[in-house]
Amino acid sequence: MKTALTGKLPTVFLLAIAVFLVVVMPAANAMGWVDNFTLNTWGKYLCYAMLAIAVDMLWGYTGLLSLGQALFFTLGGYMMGMHLMLMIGKLGQYKSDLPDFMVFLGLKELPSYWTPFYSFSFAALMVIIVPGVIAWIFGYLAFRSRIKGVYFSILTQALTYGAALIFYSNDIITMGGNNGFTDFRSVIGMDIRSPETQRALYIATAIALTLVFIGCKWLTTSRFGLIQRAIRDSENRVLFSGYSAANFKLFVFVLSAIIAGIGGALYVPQVGIINPGEMTTDKSLEAVVWVAVGGRGTLVGPVIGAVGVNAMKSWATRAYPDLWVLILGATFVLVVLFMPKGIVGIPGQIRGFFDRRKHRQNVREEDLAAANAKPEAE
Amino acid sequence: MGVVARELLVRSFTMERALSGRAGFFGRMLGISMACLLALGSRLHAQDPPAKSVREVVAEAAVLLDADQQRSLVESLATADADEVSLWLAKWKEGEIYLYQDAAGNDMAVLLTGEVDAAGTFALSSVAASEPVIGSDGNPVRATKDELYLADTDSKLRRAMKGVTDLMALKSPDDEKRLRAVEATGNEQDLEKLPLLEQVLATEKDSKVKKALKQAIAMLKLRSDDPAVRTSAVQELGKMGSIAAQGAIKAVRSDAEAAGNAALVAACDKAQLDIDAHISRVNTAGTLFRGLSLGSVLLVVAIGLAITFGLMGVINMAHGELIVVGAYTTYLVQNLFGAGIHMSPFGYEIDIPGMNLTGTSWSLYFLVAIPASFLTAAGVGLLLERGVIRFLYKRPLESLLATWGVSMIIRQLFRLVFGANNVQVDSPSYLSGNWTINDVVFGWNRVFVIAFAALIIFLTWAVLNKTSLGLLIRAVMQNRGMAACMGVRTERVNMMTFAFGSGLAGLAGAFLSQIGNVGPNLGQNYIVDSFMTVVVGGVGNILGTVISALGIGMADQSLQQILGNPVLGKILVLGAIILFLQWKPSGLFATRSRSLD
Repeated sequence: MKTALTGKLPTVFLLAIAVFLVVVMPAANAMGWVDNFTLNTWGKYLCYAMLAIAVDMLWGYTGLLSLGQALFFTLGGYMMGMHLMLMIGKLGQYKSDLPDFMVFLGLKELPSYWTPFYSFSFAALMVIIVPGVIAWIFGYLAFRSRIKGVYFSILTQALTYGAALIFYSNDIITMGGNNGFTDFRSVIGMDIRSPETQRALYIATAIALTLVFIGCKWLTTSRFGLIQRAIRDSENRVLFSGYSAANFKLFVFVLSAIIAGIGGALYVPQVGIINPGEMTTDKSLEAVVWVAVGGRGTLVGPVIGAVGVNAMKSWATRAYPDLWVLILGATFVLVVLFMPKGIVGIPGQIRGFFDRRKHRQNVREEDLAAANAKPEAE
Repeated sequence: MGVVARELLVRSFTMERALSGRAGFFGRMLGISMACLLALGSRLHAQDPPAKSVREVVAEAAVLLDADQQRSLVESLATADADEVSLWLAKWKEGEIYLYQDAAGNDMAVLLTGEVDAAGTFALSSVAASEPVIGSDGNPVRATKDELYLADTDSKLRRAMKGVTDLMALKSPDDEKRLRAVEATGNEQDLEKLPLLEQVLATEKDSKVKKALKQAIAMLKLRSDDPAVRTSAVQELGKMGSIAAQGAIKAVRSDAEAAGNAALVAACDKAQLDIDAHISRVNTAGTLFRGLSLGSVLLVVAIGLAITFGLMGVINMAHGELIVVGAYTTYLVQNLFGAGIHMSPFGYEIDIPGMNLTGTSWSLYFLVAIPASFLTAAGVGLLLERGVIRFLYKRPLESLLATWGVSMIIRQLFRLVFGANNVQVDSPSYLSGNWTINDVVFGWNRVFVIAFAALIIFLTWAVLNKTSLGLLIRAVMQNRGMAACMGVRTERVNMMTFAFGSGLAGLAGAFLSQIGNVGPNLGQNYIVDSFMTVVVGGVGNILGTVISALGIGMADQSLQQILGNPVLGKILVLGAIILFLQWKPSGLFATRSRSLD
């Protein structure tokens, strides 16, 4: 499968979009042309776009449909959330140094694994390490025993389910249970609710997305990307050619988990809440929908899909709250059935349609010509 | 036969009517024989004062000043109608009966009735006759609570009342009631009750009650002054493995220790060990039973998936919703048999009248619901296969996505039609209740689950191996191209196979409706488990699914029992499954094939 549109998209165009997202939007917000709510919503969309790129690196490029990317996204969010919870300090309802939910649970002191999260840099490091390590362990086990295709999907689904069970109960680790973390006050010493902080967070998200995009672009156009796609299209041939497909897959899986984790870490301070409800298979599948709608196997596709579907969701949940799920489900079925390459693939599909018609026409004309030629020959 | 005897006969017939609902033939015979006895008795003692009704006795007792007389009157109630006695004694005990002094200075037991008015007064109704109290001026009397005296009860009187109700419970014709009364008496450890219990034991027929009586008698004997009696009682309780007696034995042991009775202490320790062993046996048996029933649930839920996923290789994320279709079909059938149903989807109001059946004919609804849920789910599955899945046989990952979209749609439709909340599906009477064998509780619905699972497995096996459809299914699954070359209409076989698998999911729904809540998200709770079950069992193998379902069910329940933490148990099971797949990547029973995926 050739990368449908991106290959031909001029770099200038992509650069223009990046500049628009990173510079123009926040500047317009500072001038008061774009309101805070819109900017915040876009910040959320861009976090989702990172999650979508993570899914696409696995599914679109390597052929691994992971239903666990929402888990890594949420894990990144939880790591950041732990830091933010500690930064609330005595401003919580119970006026205690402990986060409110711990007071509520009757804890007297901070569990030991929480203490290092007072440091922002430690939390930022954990945003990368925790999803990365979990993905590495799981991926190592899965790829070593050559679990692939739908089995991989089902196992990642089970992983997500198990993790959600852990986070829902406060027994095994103390992570706020059902309610998760919320009511954050400050981040790196700034008031988290002020427009300036939210703008800064938006800019950070846009920059992170741009970097992730550039990095993935570089990776997928390199020799590595070639092998990635070869694994997707015929893993056995890659194996027979002497490549260790498992290691390549493991690398992509870990990388994808880290990208999702970063997305989640930026998502939490902007949305202001994180709970295990984000950690479900449904959320992973929703991210897969964005990629499918936008166009998999491209890097622009996931971004378009994430922003597009979520913008539609924001609108539809307000306009048709009951029907929204029906719309999303139907979109999904239709996209899978009729638009296997997503929005990005539409021009290609149209071109293909005309090419085929032209070809048929040519054939018909040739037949006609041949038929016309026959009598003369006789 | 005097008037009284006739009245008694009438009363005992009303009692008979009350009893016949619950106690059936036995109760009816008892009622009649009692009536005859009483009639006979009243003829023999024709000169006795006429027997008073319960309310008359209570009214008389309440106004008495002498506590001993009060007690003897209350105790005389022991032979009257049990329900009425407990009703009136409860009223008395809970302070609903007041004393009113009329103009002549006579006390009278009254109840406060009607609404309280602005002055805080109530209308009064006499306990004895249940008529309004009329004052000297001929008008009904009203009084505030302060103007009346509360009919007090002291502790001795309350004990007498309890004695009466206990005694009545011990002689109750209802086995269940008698059993509970016996257990309660045992726990009280009142040595005075010993002769009574022994007397009841002599005539007791029901084996369960007999066992409880023996236990209760042994527990009473723990209070005996004679150490030898206590020792033998302790030994007997130990042998019985009496869980209820643990606290009492501990108390006896500490007394014995204080008194330096080494033999009794040793007997207590031995008994405690026996009881502990019994408890752990009961727990193990309970865990095994729960594991077996959970395994059966998994099996029933996963068997449809084993067909669609295992045999056809289709990842149907809407499998859970097909289960929900079955469950809601059961709900609909139940309501059609009952009071009908009202739905309001998309702003339309739909009323479906029901047949308003009750009792046995209503509880037959489940027998109709089983085939109905199979057929509806199979129908939905057929639509799904024709509409979506048949285009995606060559793209399994995409069939996963498309069916997930379908699952969202179905879930939302259910939410819109039946509401987001769980709906009530009542189990027919033959599925509620339980057997207690040796302290292990076997719920009927769980026993039913196991039997049902076995039946479904047998039917699936029979369809796959003994019918021509099964032959075609297996042929197409093994080699689609070759089957098509031999003239098998593979499209049609796919359709039938998928519908069959979906129908099995519907059956699972009918079945889950009997053991848990029915709501739009019911299927989501089972989808992960059922996929795991099929993967562990080995794709394309029914036997593998059976073994893995039972194994996962047992492991889950045993870990829960051992760790005492359901979440941790579940997570360990998931982890164990992932590790298991390291060892056997294609499940328990791999289908051998030379093809490279």
